[in-house]
Amino acid sequence: MAQYSDEVMDHFTNPRNVGEIEDADGVGEVGNPVCGDMMTFYVKVGEDERLEDVKFKTFGCGAAIAVSSMVSEMAKGKTVDEAMRISRDDVAKELGGLPKQKMHCSNLGADALHLAIEDYRSKKGN
Amino acid sequence: MREVYLDNYAATPLPPEVKEAMLPYLGDRYGNPSSLHSRGDSAREAVEEARDKVAALIGANAEEVIFTSNGTEANNLAVKGITAGSRRKGRHIVVSAVEHFSVLHAARSLEKQGYELTLVPVDEYGLIDLDELAAAIDEDTVLVSVMAANGEVGTIQPVKEAAGIAAGREVPFHTDAIAAAGTVPLDVGELGVSALSLSSDLIYGPQGVGALWLKRGLRVIPLLDGGVQEGGRRGGTENVAGIVGMGRAAELAAQNMAARSARLAELRDALIAGLPEKVAHLYLTGHPSQRLPWNASFAVEFIEGEGMLLFLDQRGVAVSSGSACTSRALKGSHVLTACGIPAERAQGSILFSFGLQNTMEDVDYVLEVFPPIVDRLRQMSPLYAKYLKERG
Ligand code: FES
Repeated sequence: MAQYSDEVMDHFTNPRNVGEIEDADGVGEVGNPVCGDMMTFYVKVGEDERLEDVKFKTFGCGAAIAVSSMVSEMAKGKTVDEAMRISRDDVAKELGGLPKQKMHCSNLGADALHLAIEDYRSKKGN
Repeated sequence: MREVYLDNYAATPLPPEVKEAMLPYLGDRYGNPSSLHSRGDSAREAVEEARDKVAALIGANAEEVIFTSNGTEANNLAVKGITAGSRRKGRHIVVSAVEHFSVLHAARSLEKQGYELTLVPVDEYGLIDLDELAAAIDEDTVLVSVMAANGEVGTIQPVKEAAGIAAGREVPFHTDAIAAAGTVPLDVGELGVSALSLSSDLIYGPQGVGALWLKRGLRVIPLLDGGVQEGGRRGGTENVAGIVGMGRAAELAAQNMAARSARLAELRDALIAGLPEKVAHLYLTGHPSQRLPWNASFAVEFIEGEGMLLFLDQRGVAVSSGSACTSRALKGSHVLTACGIPAERAQGSILFSFGLQNTMEDVDYVLEVFPPIVDRLRQMSPLYAKYLKERG
């Protein structure tokens, strides 16, 4: 499929960090308003507020899967504050670009990650 | 790697006989059918011979066949041309909810110009509701258009009955027979239709040619104004080589229809029987028996079509999907929606469209490589995880 970069195809074919975290500290779920797909992110937060583990499940196109995989890799090992700053543009850039009509998929990954972190924060706050 | 091409609804390979018939017209037999010299004569004869063959495929008179540049143009000419031709009679059109975009969007464009449009609903198998069709026709109706068969889900429509209803009300009836032609017998007299569209590439002719049959006496306003080609109903120099190819393809289709259909149906049935044994939560879309012999379409639950398509491509298998993600407009298929298939399930739509080049080994190969792909995508799917949890 010529529409995707090698990087996207690599992450789609061998996605990193697929799965769920049973005792996750935060879970974030987003639906894709454009085409009705779905993404769930799980985070495990360790010492120094670092993301010890990040996992995801995605129902969506090849780009959506590649984006989830890339976001999980980028987030792992970062502090929650750093991870909150991962933007959709960063993700698209790391993936060597996304086709125009697939740019909306790149929003999903970062959004789901940020929701998972917010979930963690709100739980911690209580 | 093995290559298994199962996207014959998108494009078909050109049989050598068809290519051979075309080659002289791409070479030294150049000529414009409108010219008065001998080169013109020979080009014109070639076009007229092709017209005879295309007409024969649908039991029509050759003079009533207009060549177009593709099936989309044929459908546009039918919908827009016929309504424009009867503008003074009325401003209402009736089309089925599962028409191809070239009919549906042509109708929508008329709606924007002030026409009234009624969409006739279909049941879960994609069959039109004949009562609703009858109820939709009123004094103001100037055209009814119902496809002969739907290429996306394979359902063959009761065209004869539908045309009978329109005829009883004296309303012209057009049928888009693009997906049906070549594997479903079509006889315009027997069907009782007043216009019928064809596309060359779906009967194993070249791309870039189509045809519209129009019953004698039915007025049509051209889409393309120009010279008096095609009886003044379609201006523009003819695509001679393409038309010759379509003619040869129509001739072969007419000769071999029964054998071709039987062979394709065998492959289709093997896949339709074999896949559900290996993949759970897989649903056949379209009608179980009133079905095009080349169409095996499914909805695979919990996963999305593009992922399947990409992984299959990596294994050498070419297919298509009606999922929102695979459509450039990022909208789910209107056909699956009209059949009442929930959006989530429609996201897992996949179409295997068989062609003359396919074999039973191709089916076996798909049965081998496809189930693990579904598993792999389901392992990634939050919907599948949810389902497993709920099931306990
Ligand atoms: S998730 Fe639908 S296009 Fe990417």
